[in-house]
Amino acid sequence: MTAVRRRAVLGGMLATPFLSRLASGQAAGRVVVVGGGFAGATAARALRRADPALAVTLVEASPAYLACPFSNEVIAGLRDMDGQRFGYDGLAADGVAVVHGTARAVDPAARRVELADGTVLPYDRLVMAPGIDIRWDGLDGYDEAAAQRMPHAWKAGAQTLLLRRQLEAMEDGGLVVMAAPANPFRCPPGPYERASLIAHYLKTRKPRSKLLLLDAKDAFSKQRLFTDAWARLYPGILEWVPLSQGGKTVRVDAANLTLETEFGSHTAAVANVIPPQKAGAIAAAAGVADRTGWCPIDPVTFESRLQPGIHVLGDAALAGAMPKSAFAANAQAKVAALAVVAMLRGEAPTEPRLVNTCYSLVGPGYGISIAGVYRPRNGVLTDIEGAGGTSPADAPPEIRELEADHAATWFRTITAETFG
Amino acid sequence: MTGRLPRTVLAVLALGGLVPPASAAGPPPGATSCSGCHAPAGRVAAPSIPPINGLPAADLVRAMEAFRTGGQPATVMDRIARGFTADETRAIAQWLEALR
Ligand SMILES: Cc1cc2nc3c(=O)[nH]c(=O)nc-3n(C[C@H](O)[C@H](O)[C@H](O)COP(=O)(O)OP(=O)(O)OC[C@H]3O[C@@H](n4cnc5c(N)ncnc54)[C@H](O)[C@@H]3O)c2cc1C
Ligand code: HEC
Repeated sequence: MTAVRRRAVLGGMLATPFLSRLASGQAAGRVVVVGGGFAGATAARALRRADPALAVTLVEASPAYLACPFSNEVIAGLRDMDGQRFGYDGLAADGVAVVHGTARAVDPAARRVELADGTVLPYDRLVMAPGIDIRWDGLDGYDEAAAQRMPHAWKAGAQTLLLRRQLEAMEDGGLVVMAAPANPFRCPPGPYERASLIAHYLKTRKPRSKLLLLDAKDAFSKQRLFTDAWARLYPGILEWVPLSQGGKTVRVDAANLTLETEFGSHTAAVANVIPPQKAGAIAAAAGVADRTGWCPIDPVTFESRLQPGIHVLGDAALAGAMPKSAFAANAQAKVAALAVVAMLRGEAPTEPRLVNTCYSLVGPGYGISIAGVYRPRNGVLTDIEGAGGTSPADAPPEIRELEADHAATWFRTITAETFG
Repeated sequence: MTGRLPRTVLAVLALGGLVPPASAAGPPPGATSCSGCHAPAGRVAAPSIPPINGLPAADLVRAMEAFRTGGQPATVMDRIARGFTADETRAIAQWLEALR
């Protein structure tokens, strides 16, 4: 076959950007991904798989990732931290250049990321998935020192184990107080799953103890399913205090383990404060976070509304109806990777459909879920009507058990896809 | 010529480690969400959720239709299947059929 005929076949079958690449012999482009959590690690892999000619560099601050899903089980003594730890060898095997370092600055005009050690990484497109940071100015009295006395345990790791040790060290009869934040925050059902599993720990190990859940909201995710289960499983142990009944924590005193609400104050034996949050700090440094502290994005490409060339995924993004979950982060990353590849080729990205499902454990062998299917509409990701919703309120125990099994399968599946 | 064309294209693509653009055979809308729960066969230990990669497209379409209408018992697939039209489901099914 002659070269001329080969060209003719290619010209007939393939898009022009591919041809120009073939002609120049250049790689398809350089993509830098900042943050190797469920969003960033998934994106890095998906980019390499969608186009092996792409040079993909992942910048991740930690040598290993500690997953938050199922970390509430670690707190309740139902699971070891080892099961939460994932490495980056799988990504390296896919041809992702993994750089362990902290992104310190982004120059969107020059298209460069600068790391804390001075390394400069040029990019054609940047994917930012830095997760959350705690707003240390968001709750009076709650600073980094206070978090050593009143752990938030909203990033898995030392904080998770600190809260577990505090519960283990608490005498039977002690009062545990949790504070849940106003929307939006990472993992909307997370505080309620945690309250359930701490209540399970108290019921089985410290039966004279109680848990008070102070809430800055009057309604929460899967509320009916949680409150029904609490009434059945943890009567007299777990008390939820909504906003309208003085649930909003306005100040904490870490030295005395006191939480002050609009209606009065509570002194705890163990206090878990889940404070207000924002997109990981690098988002603001790059100019992709707005005044809310989160990052507005285009719902088709996940490209920042504020800085062209930068895509924001996962918890950091304002993703419309999609909650801040590991499932959503992974799903968004797979969609965004295809959009990034299309845009690098000068092609139009396909309008996506996305799914989210959040499983929660109310106790061992008792799982519930909330699901949603989403599409871009009027510039935001919107629930597709008639789809999604929660597990039925009246399901028999066998279904709750099945959903607990599915939750565990989901975790093994999504971590294998992201890191395995 | 017609019969030889695809093979020729593949042979050309094999040169120099180049691959066809993903958009040529890329996943249709929604298709990449499924692998969050459905792992390829043998990928994870003791899955309670069945693998769906490689399922005949007609079977997958039938299952999704049954989930949508309540004809097949489900813990979650009823809620997910209702988010996709018949056309979207068919496209997803065809794409998944080719995966392993
Ligand atoms: C208790 C708890 C339970 C949860 N349970 C579930 C659940 O059951 N199901 C579910 O779907 N979700 C759950 N979640 C939510 C889930 O953990 C998050 O939604 C998910 O981790 C978001 O992924 P992400 O990639 O956006 O961010 P992250 O997972 O936080 O990853 C961000 C990564 O970026 C890195 N990084 C940040 N800044 C920089 C920088 N400047 N330079 C380099 N690296 C940087 C960080 O080190 C981190 O590894 C839970 C959360 C909590 C707290
Ligand atoms: C949240 C997890 C989850 C997601 C996401 C998910 N599934 Fe499922 N799927 C399940 C579970 C669990 C079952 C078993 C039925 C049930 O309990 O709902 C199932 C069953 C199925 C079956 C029947 C398989 C068989 O052999 O019986 C098909 C087909 C299927 N899913 C297709 C899909 C498709 C297509 C998608 C993506 C659009 C998808 N699923 C996304 C959890 C999920």
